[in-house]
Amino acid sequence: MPEQSAPPPLVASSPRPIFEARGLTKIYQMGEVRVEALRGVDLDLVAGELVVLLGPSGSGKSTLLNILGGLDTPTSGTVRYADHDLTVDDDAAMTQYRREHVGFVFQFYNLIPSLTARENVALVTEISQHPMTPEEALALVGLAQRMDHFPSQMSGGEQQRVAIARAVAKRPQVLLCDEPTGALDAQTGVMVLEVIARVNRELGTTTVVITHNAVIAAMADRVVHFGDGHVVRIERNASRKAASELSW
Amino acid sequence: MRALDRKLWRDLWHMRGQAIAIALVVMCGVGTYVMFLSTLGALRVTQDAYYREYRFAEVFATLKRAPESLRARLAALPGVERAETRVVEQVRLDMPDFVEPVTALMVSLADDAPHGLNGLHLREGRLPLPGRPDEVVVSTPFAKAHTLHPGSRFHAILNGRRQALTVVGTALSPEFVQQLRPGSAFPDTKRYGVMWMGRKALGQAYDLDGAFNDLALSLRPGADAQDVIDRVDELITPFGGLGAYARKDQRSHRFLDQELDQLGTLASLFPTMFMGVAAFLLNVVIGRLVTMQREQIATLKAFGYGNAAVMLHYLKLVAVITGAGVLGGTVLGVWLGAALSRIYMEFYYFPWLKFSLEPMTIVEAAGASLIAAGAGTVVAVWRAASLKPAQAMRPEPPARYRETAIEKLGLKRWLSQPTRMILRHIWRRPLKSALTVVGIALACGIILTGLFQRDTVGYMMNVHYGMAQREDLSVAFTDPTAYRARFDLMGLPAVEHVEVFRSVPVRLRHGHLEHRTAIRGIEAGGELQRLLDADLRQVALPADGILLTDHLGKMLGVRAGDRIVVEVMEGNRPLREATVAGLVKEYLGVSAYMELTALNHFMHEGPTISGAWLAVDAAQLHALYGELKGIPRVAGVAERVQEIRNFNRLMDETMLFFTYVSTVFAVIIAFGVVYNSARIALTERGRELASLRVLGFTRGEIGYILLGELGILTLAAIPVGLWLGEGMCYYIAHTMQTELFRVPVVLVPQTYAFAVAVVLVSAALSGLVVRRRLDHLDLVAVLKTPE
Repeated sequence: MPEQSAPPPLVASSPRPIFEARGLTKIYQMGEVRVEALRGVDLDLVAGELVVLLGPSGSGKSTLLNILGGLDTPTSGTVRYADHDLTVDDDAAMTQYRREHVGFVFQFYNLIPSLTARENVALVTEISQHPMTPEEALALVGLAQRMDHFPSQMSGGEQQRVAIARAVAKRPQVLLCDEPTGALDAQTGVMVLEVIARVNRELGTTTVVITHNAVIAAMADRVVHFGDGHVVRIERNASRKAASELSW
Repeated sequence: MRALDRKLWRDLWHMRGQAIAIALVVMCGVGTYVMFLSTLGALRVTQDAYYREYRFAEVFATLKRAPESLRARLAALPGVERAETRVVEQVRLDMPDFVEPVTALMVSLADDAPHGLNGLHLREGRLPLPGRPDEVVVSTPFAKAHTLHPGSRFHAILNGRRQALTVVGTALSPEFVQQLRPGSAFPDTKRYGVMWMGRKALGQAYDLDGAFNDLALSLRPGADAQDVIDRVDELITPFGGLGAYARKDQRSHRFLDQELDQLGTLASLFPTMFMGVAAFLLNVVIGRLVTMQREQIATLKAFGYGNAAVMLHYLKLVAVITGAGVLGGTVLGVWLGAALSRIYMEFYYFPWLKFSLEPMTIVEAAGASLIAAGAGTVVAVWRAASLKPAQAMRPEPPARYRETAIEKLGLKRWLSQPTRMILRHIWRRPLKSALTVVGIALACGIILTGLFQRDTVGYMMNVHYGMAQREDLSVAFTDPTAYRARFDLMGLPAVEHVEVFRSVPVRLRHGHLEHRTAIRGIEAGGELQRLLDADLRQVALPADGILLTDHLGKMLGVRAGDRIVVEVMEGNRPLREATVAGLVKEYLGVSAYMELTALNHFMHEGPTISGAWLAVDAAQLHALYGELKGIPRVAGVAERVQEIRNFNRLMDETMLFFTYVSTVFAVIIAFGVVYNSARIALTERGRELASLRVLGFTRGEIGYILLGELGILTLAAIPVGLWLGEGMCYYIAHTMQTELFRVPVVLVPQTYAFAVAVVLVSAALSGLVVRRRLDHLDLVAVLKTPE
């Protein structure tokens, strides 16, 4: 069961971490309520690994993900990606960072409803340096047949796969997935996880998946347990399970 | 095409209803602007070109009779470029198949100098041959009214002699762009016209061979008109000169100029108001539309689109909508401007119309629209884009609703939950609610500005022809006549009642302010011509002193009790002083009045009259006309009913068009605003309402929540709108005070009702559209996706 004191991040045998977070805190003012989402998080992530952030809702994992992705800045602490300082509140620099390095997958897909699958992907490939074609990206997620459908014509699983194609089409170094299966049934969820694992495996993309579904932890290299704004503990799986072996 | 641009077109298609409504609002604003300014531009350019090409004179004078030898001395005056002498006489015509008396101004044409001042633009035929006393060119509008063409014949009374005349041509002259009978405010082309005859022939008819009684001068560049006028007056006074005057006081020019000034006022006022309203709406509506896309903006940013790219995207979207409106408005404005110009062409007799649209006009209209829309967009996008994407993608924290004042007053228990929702929602964003109210109110207000002119004109006519001028017929004599002519008139058939008047042309001066007009001497206690005070009660004529139209008092800067200088412009032109006894209310024209015997006394003359007002038995009117035609002293006859008809025709042609166009535009704007308010409210609250449906609320109930808000805001906007509209009407009326007419603000209940009805119908139609959409809310989707 969770220990109160978080162990130091696992660094020993790994190469230099791609992400380094130290003492991260984040405080939100939500309406009239003050929310402490992160209360001092230390974490390193290594290039190419698949990490699952596991924890109940409100435990701070989304906040951490948003900070890693340059969608938000911490209230205090340091966070670094390679040679980028992610604590700097510089919109232009953050935009550039997201554009060049990060792919996002959101729980509710966040597709642009007025664009087809292909166009949603093109939206990102058009502003990337060395992207795959939208067709390749969609083929990668198994949607070669549905490229010209609008979001409203696709099932949730298909929409999420478009979102993944959109996220990976730019060949990002980092793929950040916030509850990618949260809005999906188990069968569809597994299909989506398979795609994420495949991208991680085939493209070597450092992948962070947020979930509150403990089953999914089995497919990770490492599992970071979150609770109440802290990293509670970190586990390393001896072997990764294939997504198809998961069920809930 | 780039994906982002595709999104733009698809978004546009998706919101086409709203986009069209916004574009229509812009179109109306731009359309009004372009219509007015292109019309005004066309008329001004045409006026200038016409005056220049046809050598419209710059100084004019009328005199009794001067020898032709005076011309050389006039031409030699410093500043004078060219001096032309003429014979100008008012003549009576006997038109075949037209029983009423017709008056014409007969102007001589130089027999030897075809390219003189005030050149004729021949429409048909040729000029009269020198020395032919039977050949005339008639003015085109008069020719049209009587279907005269070269070869047509009619009779005229020239100097008491009946003479057969043959039309050899029809023409227009820059001197008579407005052909108004003296003393009349409206053109009557059937009963008054201008014609031209050779100088020698006309001179001989009036015993003015080798002499002249009218003068036109052109000036050298840089000459001082007043200096020339003073010198001319010195020369012509011994010959019965009635005072030279500059072009600005020339009748046709003065009227034309005032009309164009007034159009200019409208052209700056109306479009500014329409553009202002349109710009305001555009700003509000676009701002809210963009705010709705907060999440998409965050998503774009999450994928690395910078603020500039996102901003550009939305600016493009707005530019397309606004641009469509500007384009449509320009086309519409040019089309309407051409139509309006044609209407003015019917009224002003220009030989051609140079249509001119200054590119600046379009630039201004487009600029105002794009800036308004752009500002709304930039502010909204900035607000959305300056949020951290993580935050923008999260549902907004629950809004801080509070109990409203109405609830706090203890009325809460009478209000259902949905009613409380409506009130709290309005209350939560007071500024937004206020903007919606202001938008609808402005739309409601501009409807009044379009309609009020009709109401006002109806009222003015009622006062002028119903309460002040009540005669059936007015008769003017060729010269001042002995008072006993009154008894001759009373003996004529059909005549039931006669009141006589004396009319003396004067120049009134007070300090450095002066005005040319006429003093009317009228009989005390008269019933046919009444003077009214500010409350429209009959004013008793003072035994002494002079009464002025209130506006004339303002023009001269005088009040009751002030002394003014009266320079009489006939006879031996005495210079006298008079006391202003008071001011009278008149909406049309400006005049001065005295009691008849007081005026005779003032003029040091016996009982003398210039004309009479008659009340007649309409059944015997033809017989009366026959008799009047036979009296050489009668210079002209005007029928009040005809004046009213002429006025109404003029109004139908000009103002109705204007009223119609502006009302249609105002209605479109009103609908655009209300519809957009409703649609945006639906988008903003769709989720909440769908959730309520899930909870078991009926369609009717959620419809009530959404449309109830629209209804309350609309109802609140109506009184504000009527109030704003009245204010705008007062402003328009205030800026349209001219010598020609003053516009009182009169709004009849039907006008208010119409404005209210337009807003309510717009709201009802928008409500129906929104209601239909409410019926198709996707309940399941709401449960699955975040806000």
